[in-house]
Amino acid sequence: MIISTIAFYLFAAMTIASAFMVISAKNPVHSVLYLILAFFNSAALFVLLGAEFIAMILVVVYVGAVAVLFLFVVMMLDINFAELRQGFLQYLPIGGLIGVILLIELILVVSGWALSPEAIQVGSQVAPVVSDLTNTEQLGHVIYTDYAYLFQIAGMILLVAMIGAIVLTNRSRPGVRKQNIARQVYRRPEESMAVRKVEPGQGV
Amino acid sequence: MAEFWDIYLLPALIIVGQILLIVVPLLVAVAYLTLYERKVMAVMQLRKGPNVVGPFGLLQPLADGAKLFFKETVVPTGANKILFLLAPMVTFILSLIAWAVIPFDEGWVLADINVGGLYLFAISSLGVYGIIVAGWASNSRYPFLGALRSAAQMVSYEVSIGFVIVTVLLCAGTLNLSGIVESQKGDLGLLNWWFIPLFPMFIIFFISILAETNRHPFDLPEAEAELVAGYQTEYSSMAFALFFLGEYANMILMSGICTVLFLGGWLPPADWAIFTWIPGIIWFGIKIAILLFVFIWVRATLPRYRYDQLMRLGWKVFLPFSLLWVVLTAGFLVYFDMVPA
Repeated sequence: MIISTIAFYLFAAMTIASAFMVISAKNPVHSVLYLILAFFNSAALFVLLGAEFIAMILVVVYVGAVAVLFLFVVMMLDINFAELRQGFLQYLPIGGLIGVILLIELILVVSGWALSPEAIQVGSQVAPVVSDLTNTEQLGHVIYTDYAYLFQIAGMILLVAMIGAIVLTNRSRPGVRKQNIARQVYRRPEESMAVRKVEPGQGV
Repeated sequence: MAEFWDIYLLPALIIVGQILLIVVPLLVAVAYLTLYERKVMAVMQLRKGPNVVGPFGLLQPLADGAKLFFKETVVPTGANKILFLLAPMVTFILSLIAWAVIPFDEGWVLADINVGGLYLFAISSLGVYGIIVAGWASNSRYPFLGALRSAAQMVSYEVSIGFVIVTVLLCAGTLNLSGIVESQKGDLGLLNWWFIPLFPMFIIFFISILAETNRHPFDLPEAEAELVAGYQTEYSSMAFALFFLGEYANMILMSGICTVLFLGGWLPPADWAIFTWIPGIIWFGIKIAILLFVFIWVRATLPRYRYDQLMRLGWKVFLPFSLLWVVLTAGFLVYFDMVPA
């Protein structure tokens, strides 16, 4: 019991500290690495909650794919750090405002939860948890039976975003030399190569 | 005090002991995998291979290790020192922690978690960080190019590995690795293993793990003809050794995952007395050794892929095919009412 409490405070503190370092680190590559550390610690918090499936998915999707692409882009860009810092004071008010709004929303949710636990349960019908099913199976039941349509719609939204990204970046440039794989595979030695007997001193 | 000993200290000590029991044989296996590779390649190329240090060259890995250990660790002046030294550690640690969920025999597993398959997928997708951080922290051209190539390559092939794991998960009905091995148990022995019904996925998985471990013919991150030594150009001594150990441990790990998913883990190939008498861990080791032989065989046989061919294979061939196969498998299981409970 006490071990899990210590672990919770450790991971929570690490999450907040690394999240702070994300926005205060001078080097953007360091920022991304701190972001990865923050992801890891939140995955650990999910494990402590018993949500092992979500923890693993967090690591696979965010750390294994999204953050790799972040790192990829940040490393390739030639960023002038001093220039990046200049707009800081200019954007501080609006950034602070967004932060305060998010904080108020969090406080509203948590205080409602703490003051009247019954009120929360009216709004959201929680599927009955069958304890002998594993995490993965429970999530599968909820997503694919109870909320199948919403899940499909979420998939469509992602598909639209994907197609949009492809349409925006795909441009056909003239003069690109592309390999026709099918033609390459069907090449035969007889049609692409000739064997000649060359007499010494004659040349072809 | 006695309570503290019973509840916390003793279990912790037992776990540390179990970890050592996995890691020490693994490191010995890594050392001898290098010898195995050199000997097999030598035979394939009509050479003798290492045969001077010790009988049949058996002490060669130890000599190589001692040589690397006594070399000087050179950190380039322009390098980001902390990240430069962190990168090999990350590679090495990631190649070790994945072994926590691999079942060596019935019940012989350090952490028998319900999402073992996902855990392995997560850990293998993190392997790219060691390489990309090494390439960036070296602050040098060749390592950086190697790191960028590697990042693109590993991300591309992970997608199809994920779909392969999903297919096996559909057939086995669990993500627990011991459960996946148990699901391959049957009267037919070898014919019950998933590599028979899911043969195309087995092939895709094997090719993808070649790309994921940066092995030939997909070793573009360290293509010596174009990039010197890729991301490890600036490394020397133990930092280089950690990369090397991590890479070879990853090969063994990926062969282990392939064994668990497709080749029946610790199960014997037939239910005969002479086979069942051999302990499961020996079968597990034999299957891994066979897969590692194929790794080396491929290295000695095939030329390196070109970069655009590599990307084409990952995104235009494997991804659509494995996606189609997931849909077909799911449809088949539902239509014939064979979904595992």
